[in-house]
Amino acid sequence: MSESNLTEARARLWRPAPLLPKEDERDGALVFVVAVLCFLACVAALAALAADRAATGWRGELSGEVLVQARPGPNETPALAAERAAAALAGVPGVTEVVALGRSEAEALLEPWLGRGGLEDLPVPQLVVVELDREAPARRGALDTALQADGVDAVIHDYEAYLGDVRRAGTLARAGAVGTAALIACAAAAVIAFATRAGMAARREVVEVLHLSGAEDAMLARLFQARFAKLAAVAGVIGAGGAAVIAAGLRALSGSGGFLPILPVDWSDLPWLLLCPLLAAFIAALSARRTAMELLAGFE
Amino acid sequence: MVGPGRNPARYEGPAVRFENVGLRYGRQTETLRDVSFDLEPGSFTFLTGASGAGKTTLLKLIYLALRPTRGLITAFGQDVATLPREAVPALRRRVGVVFQEFRLLDHLSAFDNAALPLRLAGLKPKAYRDDVGELLAWVGLGERMHAMPATLSGGEKQRLAIARAVVGKPDVLLADEPTGNVDHEMALRILRLFVELNRLGTTVLIASHDQDLVRQSGKPVMHLARGKLGPASVGRAA
Repeated sequence: MSESNLTEARARLWRPAPLLPKEDERDGALVFVVAVLCFLACVAALAALAADRAATGWRGELSGEVLVQARPGPNETPALAAERAAAALAGVPGVTEVVALGRSEAEALLEPWLGRGGLEDLPVPQLVVVELDREAPARRGALDTALQADGVDAVIHDYEAYLGDVRRAGTLARAGAVGTAALIACAAAAVIAFATRAGMAARREVVEVLHLSGAEDAMLARLFQARFAKLAAVAGVIGAGGAAVIAAGLRALSGSGGFLPILPVDWSDLPWLLLCPLLAAFIAALSARRTAMELLAGFE
Repeated sequence: MVGPGRNPARYEGPAVRFENVGLRYGRQTETLRDVSFDLEPGSFTFLTGASGAGKTTLLKLIYLALRPTRGLITAFGQDVATLPREAVPALRRRVGVVFQEFRLLDHLSAFDNAALPLRLAGLKPKAYRDDVGELLAWVGLGERMHAMPATLSGGEKQRLAIARAVVGKPDVLLADEPTGNVDHEMALRILRLFVELNRLGTTVLIASHDQDLVRQSGKPVMHLARGKLGPASVGRAA
């Protein structure tokens, strides 16, 4: 290649340099702080997803089962009453399985409250566990009708009251996680606003020259907006990556048995973390633009 | 030399008009007092005065880096006091400024510094690449266009600052002590550059305390003393 061709090729490849200096010694610290915030936000988001999953699971378990306490009639043993109740409920549509618990099993249920042993003289209730079809569970009224038709005196305990508590706990956990994520987003916005102020102060000479050379406020703000959005996106990747590694580790360790049965992490949660860099960049861009426009309004 | 071009909305009156303009920094005494003058389109004027007389302040008022505390300034027929903020950048692009301390951007090459006003005006690199190269060659920086400002001599920086000021073909060129950091021979070379630009139609106002240069130019002179403008005179060619 001749020298003139080389010069021409070089001229063709030439691109104008960025209007703002590329690097700043504070960039590393800023990326670290925003990455930590992104990590915490991701952990909060994963906790919200896990809490939702746990609450859904508990609701499913509770709504899929009914406990019936059979009261023996005159000249009837408690065990016989339980057997009769089980027989009455077995044919009800929406009931998948009926099990009359023996005395020992009923005593085991009371053990956490009354302790082991010493229950021989107590009238331990005879219980029947009724498993309901998850898709089309039997209504309480249908169970009552079946028991009355067979002349069984029994009380049905469903878990509606507990279900309410579980729903409230789930909602509270989700709201807590979302609130935490929102607070972290606000903190990230504040950090970016502070960094934008510092960045503009450090580059005041550059900004002034651009301003006096005819740059519009919006154009100058875009320079800072783009710069901090890029830094926040990098921080978002680092933070989300860290959270993904931890979540994947927990999921891998937990296996199917559930290492964290209270907050179960699932593989399907991880793709949500991809949103983190995008959200971080969006928040940073908004914050940097707003701060830059405010500061530029102070320029003549 | 090709820039975004002169503003198509032609205005027939003075490029810049000051009417009883005063400026006070904070609670100090007025830096400029009752300053009135017209800069006619295509004129070439020197602004002289001792250090602290208010020359730089007056130039800053023209390129809208300062607002007057009283009086009326019109630029291309527009009252700058009532100019909306969004309209200021377009007006600034009609005014080229050679700052006293050059104010080159250290992270940009000589070429990128010179091309800055065109870039800010929204021109694509392809549209200005050749013209900026020609301009830099014209000011004697053809071989140094890829150099960073830190590696340029005082005279080279001065010429680069001038190239940046004129690249957009401004209607008005303001230069604040443009020969303050160069020897007499370079000062004359720079003066010839300004005269050439003036011939091409640019209104030129040069603030200088270099009396020899002013005398040699034979151009009209406005003299500032303690913030007041004295009667106009003409520099006499040596």
